[in-house]
Amino acid sequence: MKHHLFWPVTLLALLLLFNLLYDPSFFSIKIRDGRLYGSLIDILNFGAPLMLVAIGMTLVIATKGIDLSVGSIVAITGAMACMTISKGTDQNSLGLVAMAVIMALGLSLLLGLWNGFLVAGIGIQPIIATLILMVAGRGIAQLITNGQIITLNSGNYKYIGAGDLFRLPFSIFIVAVVFGAAVLLTRRTAIGMFIESVGNKPVASRLAGIRAKSVMIAAYLFCGLCAGIAGLILSSNVSSADGNNAGLWYELDAILAVVIGGTSLNGGRFYLAGTVIGALIIQTLTTTIYVINVSPEITLVVKAFVVLVVCLIQSESFRQAIVSRWKTRRYPAEKETTRHA
Amino acid sequence: MEERRPILQMRHIHKQFPGVKALSDVQFRLFPGEVHALMGENGAGKSTLIKVLTGVYSIDRGEVELEQKRIVIQGPQDAQAAGISTVYQEVNLCPNLSVAENIFIGREPMRFGRIQWKKLNAAAAKLLEERMHLKIDVTQPLHVYPIAIQQLVAIARALNISAKVLILDEPTSSLDRGEVRQLFDVMNKLKSEGLAILFVTHFLNQVYEISDRITILRGGEFVGEYAASALPRIELVSKMIGKELKLLEELPKQPAAAEKKESGILMEAKSLGKRGAIEPFDLSIRQGEIVGLAGLLGSGRTEAARLLFGADAPDQGSLVIGRGGSAQTPRRAIDNGIAFCSEDRKGEGIIDDLTIRENIVLALQASQGWFRSISRKRQTEIAGQFIEALNINPPNPDQLIKNLSGGNQQKVLLARWLLTDPKLLILDEPTRGIDIGAKAEIQKLVMSLSQKGVSVLFISSELEEVLRVSDRIVVLRDRRKVKELQGDEMSEQSVMKAIAGGGEG
Repeated sequence: MKHHLFWPVTLLALLLLFNLLYDPSFFSIKIRDGRLYGSLIDILNFGAPLMLVAIGMTLVIATKGIDLSVGSIVAITGAMACMTISKGTDQNSLGLVAMAVIMALGLSLLLGLWNGFLVAGIGIQPIIATLILMVAGRGIAQLITNGQIITLNSGNYKYIGAGDLFRLPFSIFIVAVVFGAAVLLTRRTAIGMFIESVGNKPVASRLAGIRAKSVMIAAYLFCGLCAGIAGLILSSNVSSADGNNAGLWYELDAILAVVIGGTSLNGGRFYLAGTVIGALIIQTLTTTIYVINVSPEITLVVKAFVVLVVCLIQSESFRQAIVSRWKTRRYPAEKETTRHA
Repeated sequence: MEERRPILQMRHIHKQFPGVKALSDVQFRLFPGEVHALMGENGAGKSTLIKVLTGVYSIDRGEVELEQKRIVIQGPQDAQAAGISTVYQEVNLCPNLSVAENIFIGREPMRFGRIQWKKLNAAAAKLLEERMHLKIDVTQPLHVYPIAIQQLVAIARALNISAKVLILDEPTSSLDRGEVRQLFDVMNKLKSEGLAILFVTHFLNQVYEISDRITILRGGEFVGEYAASALPRIELVSKMIGKELKLLEELPKQPAAAEKKESGILMEAKSLGKRGAIEPFDLSIRQGEIVGLAGLLGSGRTEAARLLFGADAPDQGSLVIGRGGSAQTPRRAIDNGIAFCSEDRKGEGIIDDLTIRENIVLALQASQGWFRSISRKRQTEIAGQFIEALNINPPNPDQLIKNLSGGNQQKVLLARWLLTDPKLLILDEPTRGIDIGAKAEIQKLVMSLSQKGVSVLFISSELEEVLRVSDRIVVLRDRRKVKELQGDEMSEQSVMKAIAGGGEG
């Protein structure tokens, strides 16, 4: 059996190869103003929020759940942070920015807890339970910002999503830290095994003494937090909060990234590294579509088509069907003889 | 020369899985109007052979003939179309559809594109009553009925697809005596109508009761085909195991029963009950005691065990473990030293996606909480110890548990609980559907545990087994505790009498 990262990595490599052939300058990286610039850096930078959301989504999906509300949480936390800062007298004060970040992340944890409570506590099916916040969340974000798009003038806040460290975008480091923390938390403690166990067989897990509800709530909490951090990065990057459009459709891209990364929607085994690569595939695809100048009206159609191809290539049964077709086409007699041997 | 011709003939069947030769040059024939038992231990290739016949697997080499015509079965549809119908060990129906829908699914009587419900329900009710002697409301969803009834419905469904060959894979493993009788009546009737029946079971009694002919497989190879009347029981068993049989020798009857009376009470239930599941019962278990729980299917054995483990919440009565411990949830029960091996190994026991190693450490890790994790190295060590001690096959801790045979899965679950060092081990049908060798191993294990001071609540439909291991037997009937037997009172007759419940209500 191939390593579980084989297909995601291959697909990402193919996408990059396409770009290289289409425009060799795709891989060039320049230093300007003490910072690295280039398409690859852009993919990492703009893909950061998606990677974060998808990492959180991975754990939720592993518990046999799903979280449709992440896009709304992105909008709410962005609104919360921007609102807090805009109320201050000195928008650039470090204390104010820190407080805004803490309040926003606290709120995202609360929202994650809400989802977890609905799913594990009350027992509502995850897709419905999180749909509630997905729909209501945009309204909540509007409430926080009074229906306005808030713009900030805070250098310190802007650093989160647009600053750089060691010549790289700061957001990349955030992703690295969250990814590292997620891997440590799930694989160095027993949480990962519990999540897989609960996602695979909830009843058997309860009888083995696992507190299934706590495990599920923890997954939604973490997913909420990840979406919250993504919300900070997104709003900080543009120094504004737009309750209507921030994080729009993120839940779908995140779910897609998880699936491309090899985690089954049926729960159980999960692959965090696969998810990150899945998110990179989606971001690379988005960037590629811009690079090759697809007219904006049909970008989504092109994206959907490539996603379909990606999913088909990942499917083992599809690959087998293709291979056996290919073989019978070339050697029609062979199959006959083996059957009667 | 024109004597009886087999309706089904399989020759030189080979089937290989990655790393395993599942079938190697196996042959099998089936005559119309006979019941043919397919025997073998776990891993002998019985299931594989059946799956080949039903089109779940395709064969690598060999040929299958049905009514002297060579056929190639490439999928379950092919098998059905050819007239080969199967009822599997685990009921393979849709629990949320009605009984009638389950019987006629895909073949509903239609008129103008609409299903004729009245006709459908009437036909289903008639079919069940006439052929299975079963009178139930066919419009109810299947899951409201006990597994035994579901099994009969599955057989009715298989019969209804105009079958020439009926395959029954362990149909009796979840049936009680009366239901087995009922099933055998049905089988005898079908046999006399000329149907060919392939029957797989682990119960030797049943083999001799119903079969005309026996084919034995061992380790994926064909051992022989015999007339049932010409093959003594001992010979059958030794052919299945492949060596002279010493495993089922009379295990020493528990000598320590008297001693155990002195030891302290470990668990005491007082008028513990749950409406609709089990009527209030008293039960106390001493340290190191093996208490057998006997009764027919549906008598409330599992329900009682679930209350003791906290898997279900009682609506009355009290339960005390040791000094004031309780069992409100499985988590609490485990903390208080109780372990519970469910009868539903697939649904409530194993975690398919995890490895043998992870399945073994799961319960211990759950007790230790999220952050005190057992290191990978330690996990492998633990798994290695149990694999050796319990003879788990394959001996690879990183094998996924779903690839193991039933008996080996059961051993992994036992390992999971032994690792938590329980004071009371509740075993619900621990030997169901597993081979004789593994059965004896598990019975021996239970006895040696009791000698170490572990109490065991042993639930089994096999009376013989309950009698052999238990110090005391509690008999349930119709969701009520009816009798407690110990010492000299314990005999097959007395227990059976209590189960059947002659004079009293």
